[in-house]
Amino acid sequence: MSAVIDRRADNDRGRHLLGIGGMDRSDLEEILDLTDTFAEIGRRPIPKVPALRGRTVATVFFEGSTRTRMSFEVAARRLSADTVAFNAGTSSLSKGESIRDTVEVIAAYGADLLVVRHSMAGTAHRVAGWTDLSVVNAGDGCHEHPTQALLDCYTLRERRGSLDGMRIAIIGDVRHSRVARSNVLAFTALGAEVVLVAPATLLPPAIEGWPVTVVHELDPILGDLDAVYLLRIQGERITEGLIPSLREYASDFCLTAGRVARMRSDALVLHPGPTNRGVEISAEAATDQRSVILDQVVNGVSVRMAVLFLLLGSGRQLGAVDAGDSVEGDR
Amino acid sequence: MSLVLRGGRIIDSGGERILDVEIGEDGLIAAVGTGLTGDVNLDASGCVVSPGFVDLHAHLREPGLEEAETIQTGARGGSLGGYTALVAMPNTDPTTDCVAVVEQVRSLGRRSTCEIIPTAAMTLRRDGVDMAPMGELVDAGVGIFTDDGTGLQDPRLMRRIMEYSTGLGRRLGRPVVLAQHCEVAALSAGGYMHEGEWSSRLGIPGQPAEAEELMVMRDIALVRMTGAHLHFQHLSTASSVAMVRGAKAAGLPVTAEATTHHFILTDAACASYDPVFKVHPPLRTDVDVRAIREGLADGTIDAIATDHAPHAPHTKEMPFDQAPAGMLGLETAFSLALGDSGLDLPEVLALLSWRPAAIAGVADRHGVPVVPGAPANLCVVDPDETWTVSGAAMASLSSNTPYEGRTLRGRVRHTIRAGEPVVVDGEARR
Repeated sequence: MSAVIDRRADNDRGRHLLGIGGMDRSDLEEILDLTDTFAEIGRRPIPKVPALRGRTVATVFFEGSTRTRMSFEVAARRLSADTVAFNAGTSSLSKGESIRDTVEVIAAYGADLLVVRHSMAGTAHRVAGWTDLSVVNAGDGCHEHPTQALLDCYTLRERRGSLDGMRIAIIGDVRHSRVARSNVLAFTALGAEVVLVAPATLLPPAIEGWPVTVVHELDPILGDLDAVYLLRIQGERITEGLIPSLREYASDFCLTAGRVARMRSDALVLHPGPTNRGVEISAEAATDQRSVILDQVVNGVSVRMAVLFLLLGSGRQLGAVDAGDSVEGDR
Repeated sequence: MSLVLRGGRIIDSGGERILDVEIGEDGLIAAVGTGLTGDVNLDASGCVVSPGFVDLHAHLREPGLEEAETIQTGARGGSLGGYTALVAMPNTDPTTDCVAVVEQVRSLGRRSTCEIIPTAAMTLRRDGVDMAPMGELVDAGVGIFTDDGTGLQDPRLMRRIMEYSTGLGRRLGRPVVLAQHCEVAALSAGGYMHEGEWSSRLGIPGQPAEAEELMVMRDIALVRMTGAHLHFQHLSTASSVAMVRGAKAAGLPVTAEATTHHFILTDAACASYDPVFKVHPPLRTDVDVRAIREGLADGTIDAIATDHAPHAPHTKEMPFDQAPAGMLGLETAFSLALGDSGLDLPEVLALLSWRPAAIAGVADRHGVPVVPGAPANLCVVDPDETWTVSGAAMASLSSNTPYEGRTLRGRVRHTIRAGEPVVVDGEARR
């Protein structure tokens, strides 16, 4: 089996971004190159262009999110698209409607693209199989979060010019992290070396074949890293018996002021947010000159503008849809 | 009106021969010989005449979940698949845990095209806490008890049920069979597919093989302690097969079944994220598939079962975690067993017919050698005919087959249930 994490849908009717799996270096670089253009728009006094005027982007979130939804909405509006929002909490889902019915109703309102988030892996792929609309995966359970990986790569590239040869540690709850899965694929596709750093219980059960090295201690490698990527630790990992306490986790893995000081001066600190100060990162580390956490937020809008434009404005397929495919061309 | 199956090659537990089979109006085989002619004659040339199949593991959903399947539609699918007897699982609504529900299932079964063999739950409501009235149920003819869908978690209660069952054999006239769905819930909880390389890649929480294996290990120990007859349902892992092999070598009274999907499909199928591949126990790895086939070949596994589990389409149009587990099996089992098990036809027929008939306690009327005086529960199969699977075309009220669009070799042509031709030329008569 190949090392990549697959990302697939039932068919190829729509144009989708479902995951980093199946995309190669040139696919990623095309999006990152285009992001430069949209980042420039974001710096204008009036950061808005008419590229997607008359198109409608629906954010379909079956799982709570504020930041990702806002980022997509800002991106869509800067491109002059209309946005509509579906919230699972207030919808007929709680009345027993099947998710397929929900998606078909949203499509009937005239949306052109669905931004889908769900707590279960694969749901965006299933949705893509049920509709002719474009689908962007905004996070599917523990599987993928491709626009997060793209914005992270863009942020690293912005600071370093290239990810080639970078040594990046992804630290924390890799097991439950869609961000980690997408970033392992994206970072390695762009030439970086990835080290996963976590207690054994917070790693996926079987990662043989992943293009990574795994360590269980942070301190010995801290001075050799070009970047650390901190993952959010959730309190329920303790009740699940995965770690004994947040205090013990922080003692071993929290990026404290002391630890950040031992990193190279040009090393970078990333976090997908929202941060748990004092658990995976201290306030000092989050505001250290090495931290690019706010750059990530800014770049998230630019990357999502590029993705929406590619899918709705250019008619391009981003990455593969079917198992085993690597790159699909125009459809 | 007499019926003759003409020119078929008979294969039963006694061997093979090419002879006509005459079936009388009394539902018994009247004659086996050459040149027989009846009022109705069904062509069996080029085909194999076998004792009808017996499925040890069918979810017929009635009473309570008639949206997904009824006893009538499930039996019709069974007949199309060559079955003449189906062992009905007790996870109905209400649970089949008392004589009244058993009688209802049996009564509905009498109007269907298969013999429906009701099982009863080991515990009330299958809740794993209170023992069902096993004595009353045995007196009502129940010979198999199971909490299928979940394993019985409490080892103390399992021990007691095993001990209690050994005292009921005389009333039943044969040993009571306890059928276990082996799964330690504390270890599998929150998992939706096999835990391994694929679940790690796909981000779907997994259930480790050890969740099954720990209960197989426990129950073998308890069988050694109590002497109860334990039947292991749907074995899915290599270590489970090895443990059952060891238990049999030690002379313990254990039997086992495997489903068709567990010796054909692997966890890689879940990469589609389509819950049609979600099943309990989950689809495992290539290594496990090979071990199941070896277990079938060497007799460790006694029977091929379907775990036929119909689910209404809208329930599968859900995210992987929310969709129910289970897949259809009755109409595809013979073809898959013939084409994908690596076994030859006589072995396949033994695993589908006479060996499960013995476990189900119906060996006096199903899986019986094709000889005069035997009950005419038969099927006629064409080992070479090919056909394409279509969930929509199946008799089941549901269509959740994981083999949609696959072309399979080997098809059931006729099925005779108690002398009545219920399937003729691949078409259900009622």
